[in-house]
Amino acid sequence: MRFRHLKFALGVVGVLAFAGAPAVHADEQFFPLQSYRVGPYAAGGTGFFGGFIDYLNLINIRDGGVNGVKLTWDEGETQYEVERGVEVYERLKNRLGVAAWNPLSVGIAYAMIDRITKDKVPLITVNHGRTDSTDGRVFPYVFPLLLNPYSETSGIVNYIASREGGVDRLKDKKIVVLYHGSPYGKETIPIYKLLADKYHFSVEQIEVPHPGNEQQSQWLSIRRAKPDYVVLRGWGVMNPVALKTAQKVGFPADHIIGNVWSNSEEDVIPAGDAAKGYIAITTQASGAEYPVLQEVIKTVYGAGKGNLDDKKRIGSVYHNLGIVNGILNVEAIRIAQAKFGERTLTGDEVRWGFEHLQLNPARVEALGAKGLFHSINVTWDNHEGDGRVTFQQWDGAKWKVVSDWIAPDRASLRPIIEKSAAAYAREHGITPRTSGDDPVSQ
Amino acid sequence: MFDYQFLIEVLVGGLLSGVMYSLVAIGFVVIYKTSGVLNFAQGAMLLFAALTFVSLVERGVALPLALLATLAIMVALGVAVERTVLRPLVNQPPITLFMATLGLSYVIEGAAQLLWGTQVHGLDIGISDVPLDIVGVFISRFDLFAAAVAGSLVALFALFFRTTRTGLSFRAVADDPFAALAVGLRLPRVWAIVWTVAGIVALVAGLLWGARLGVQFSLSLVVLKALPVLVLGGFDSIAGAIVGGLLIGAIEKLAEVYVGPLVGGGIEAWAGYVVALVFLLVRPSGLFGQKLVERV
Amino acid sequence: MDATSNPRQTLPVIDRILIGIGAVITFGVIPLAGSDYLMDAVLTPFLALALAAAGLNVLTGYAGQVSLGSAAFLAVGAYAAYNLHLRLPELPLLLDLVLAGLVAAAIGIVFGLPSLRLRGFYLAVSTLAAQFFVQWALTKFGWFSNDNPSGVIDAPALTIAGYSFTSAAGRYLFSLAVVTVATILTLLLLQSQTGRNFIAVRDHEIAAKVIGVPLLRTKLLAFGVSSFLIGVAGVLWAFAYLRTVEPAGFNLDRSFQILFIIIIGGLASLRGAFLGAAFIVVFPLILSRLGAALLGGVFDSGVLEMSQRIVIGALIIAFLIAEPRGLIALWDRFRAASAAWTGLRKTFPATDTSRS
Repeated sequence: MRFRHLKFALGVVGVLAFAGAPAVHADEQFFPLQSYRVGPYAAGGTGFFGGFIDYLNLINIRDGGVNGVKLTWDEGETQYEVERGVEVYERLKNRLGVAAWNPLSVGIAYAMIDRITKDKVPLITVNHGRTDSTDGRVFPYVFPLLLNPYSETSGIVNYIASREGGVDRLKDKKIVVLYHGSPYGKETIPIYKLLADKYHFSVEQIEVPHPGNEQQSQWLSIRRAKPDYVVLRGWGVMNPVALKTAQKVGFPADHIIGNVWSNSEEDVIPAGDAAKGYIAITTQASGAEYPVLQEVIKTVYGAGKGNLDDKKRIGSVYHNLGIVNGILNVEAIRIAQAKFGERTLTGDEVRWGFEHLQLNPARVEALGAKGLFHSINVTWDNHEGDGRVTFQQWDGAKWKVVSDWIAPDRASLRPIIEKSAAAYAREHGITPRTSGDDPVSQ
Repeated sequence: MFDYQFLIEVLVGGLLSGVMYSLVAIGFVVIYKTSGVLNFAQGAMLLFAALTFVSLVERGVALPLALLATLAIMVALGVAVERTVLRPLVNQPPITLFMATLGLSYVIEGAAQLLWGTQVHGLDIGISDVPLDIVGVFISRFDLFAAAVAGSLVALFALFFRTTRTGLSFRAVADDPFAALAVGLRLPRVWAIVWTVAGIVALVAGLLWGARLGVQFSLSLVVLKALPVLVLGGFDSIAGAIVGGLLIGAIEKLAEVYVGPLVGGGIEAWAGYVVALVFLLVRPSGLFGQKLVERV
Repeated sequence: MDATSNPRQTLPVIDRILIGIGAVITFGVIPLAGSDYLMDAVLTPFLALALAAAGLNVLTGYAGQVSLGSAAFLAVGAYAAYNLHLRLPELPLLLDLVLAGLVAAAIGIVFGLPSLRLRGFYLAVSTLAAQFFVQWALTKFGWFSNDNPSGVIDAPALTIAGYSFTSAAGRYLFSLAVVTVATILTLLLLQSQTGRNFIAVRDHEIAAKVIGVPLLRTKLLAFGVSSFLIGVAGVLWAFAYLRTVEPAGFNLDRSFQILFIIIIGGLASLRGAFLGAAFIVVFPLILSRLGAALLGGVFDSGVLEMSQRIVIGALIIAFLIAEPRGLIALWDRFRAASAAWTGLRKTFPATDTSRS
């Protein structure tokens, strides 16, 4: 009995599934976007995907695409939920000329690793994602570009060291890490321990249960522990509440260092005055003064095609991350086109482009992004690409860069990443590649 | 040596946080008391109220005017909910009504974000939160202010329910809806007023919580903090909501600080529920709840 | 009278034929002819949620105990299966599946203990303790996720007796087979004395006690059976559908979603669970497609999505007002009407799934 209604449902869905797919012309490269513009993380989603789309629009309007290949995209709303992300993946994966997936969600990215590897399309997890996917030998299609969570940890510790006057001055310092009670939050616990042993500082890691709208007890514990620094590894509402509660217990904001998901305007504005002086790590500076941003404003917003409703958000942290993500994707296509021809590329060809995504500071300047981000140097076995980080301080109205471009200590983290990747390879029966020219094994 | 000063600090902090939980819980209680509905949309109403207020202020509306306008909108919302949701669903089982309020929360959340956008907003209600130092114990000025507001709100309600005609009919309906009907009270009117009152509570709670968290989608999640308070205090008792809030707030913080480290921390998310649960096993209708055998 | 509450009712010939046709289509035609999208993104999650809803319906619809913690039991099932597979690789996957269900059942019974003292919303809210505790424990203790650095685990491939269900059709068929078997067994259970005990406890606890229904055992059994089914559904959700497991996916929203399914589908009806799951899974997809197709050029996806949220919420309310007994009541009425119209049957048993 129950089977009959199924047929109806299937019929309806089937018709709709095929009705919506427009024909793709020969020279187009398609970006399926698993965006989130609704729900608790909408502020980040609108900024990031807005910036990404703005940059793709810039390339289309100003250059007529990448060497004449038009960039197209389609959005599917995920609300940051994994199963919606999977649905959007299944919906859009068969479109012609899929260049790369950019979910900006750890959960969705995880659910896609098997799928995109099978479908041979790159998965870009800029600033987030699975740390061991840095090892391109085991994860040929996954790219945690610019900064993985381990490098971020090292970058933050290096910054604290530089404020104290060198790594040897870290000795006997005390750092509290306040982390979000989720897999994301817990990921760096062993890395902080490792670095604490290496540099002889003491570290105490305190969990804030999701969503983090109540942190009285955690901050009282912090007050009792009297640390020199607090690292905020937060997400969403947890960040402004942390800053507010810090003020409540009298902990100075300029000794709180935010991680890469605690570094946006959305994290500090709700905290008001309590956020003044707060410092956070970033891979891309904020502000709209960079040439590429100016061109986006002139060309894209000038033509009424800007993606952000609120023009004040142009140059905000998430918007600029979206722009940088756009640059990285477009340049990977450009590099791949130089090898395979100026046409619609396959996902595997775009992967090759990402594996040769080497943008030195001169090239970054030529792209109009000098000062926006430093450089990237992706290779077949290093999918993160040695990005640099900088630190920014909130002055109550905007972020101001307060450090040089700092390089995390990747050499000492690489063995941990390789070990974890090797375990993954064993579990999944993957033979790691031994050179960039190896055919990708399944 | 045991640090008593710290204990007191945790306790006071917990009690003050508890007041904030009570504030949300009261919104539930007024509705449950009169119509037997566990209104899950209370969180969405809170978000809607705070977002409306902040957005009006950001668009240059003067503060008192924005407050009045938001109040008017919350009243309109209360009346609309009574007419379109409650009245047609009268006499349905409580679970159906509960699900309807869940549907309602989708509508309100969607409408709030559609109208005012998904941006996060800061909300400054003009209290600098530099801690008061009372013999070494830090006490938050903001939390004290919030506690004062919650206290006056409850006092106001008590006055309203004891002295006005509407308040009396509210109590009559809460005591015995059938008898109230029989003596000629109009239930729909009482319900509309009750939802309006809940809307006002949502506005006050929304502003106070909004000042703590920023006004954003996550504001609607504060209901999760209110639910164990309701279980502990009883769904139908305002006094229970207050005492329950204080207890949950204090126990939660003490548990996190003193028990948390033993199991790795982060136990606050469920500690309140477990405490409420254990208590209920001893006293199944909460601290002040009426003993009723009810079926859902 | 619902078919599930009358064990001796034999199915009319026409129903048997329709079931046969249905089986051919679901087991034969769809896997051969359906698109990957249909199977991977629509049918597999539909099957998993339908089974979870069937589980919750046993507890809420039949035994009258409300739970808001269903997602926790989904999580328990998924993580139990993962760990069984990881730590006892010699066990066949199907056994893992059953054992995972049993683990979920055991946890369910523990969290069902308050039902002996609590009723109504007090019980409902206290099941939230399960919701938050399980999520916390799974995140907190690395052992559950095999100390995976980010706590998110990859589900192993579905392999039974050397045959690997790795294609979309394979995963769909696997889910379909599991759900079919589980549904039939549940149906049998509900038609037995145990099922009647559930209903007796739901309809009148004291009366049930008087006529000798063991309250304690019946209630805990309801929690156990319900959690077993939900646990198995969790394995399907994680292994066949998402192919990854993370605690965040099993949040309160998921619990509400399952509760929605049984309320919209119809309480105390397994068919209702399937109808409700179809509605909850398929309807938002249709709505978002329609919205994108009709208005995609005019509004951005955020506006569309928010409008959909409003529409879904409003429709849920409208539906509860129009037919509080759920889709199943509509369905039965439709069948009665069509049967009367075609004259295939002189009488059709009136549906009465409402309670008291």
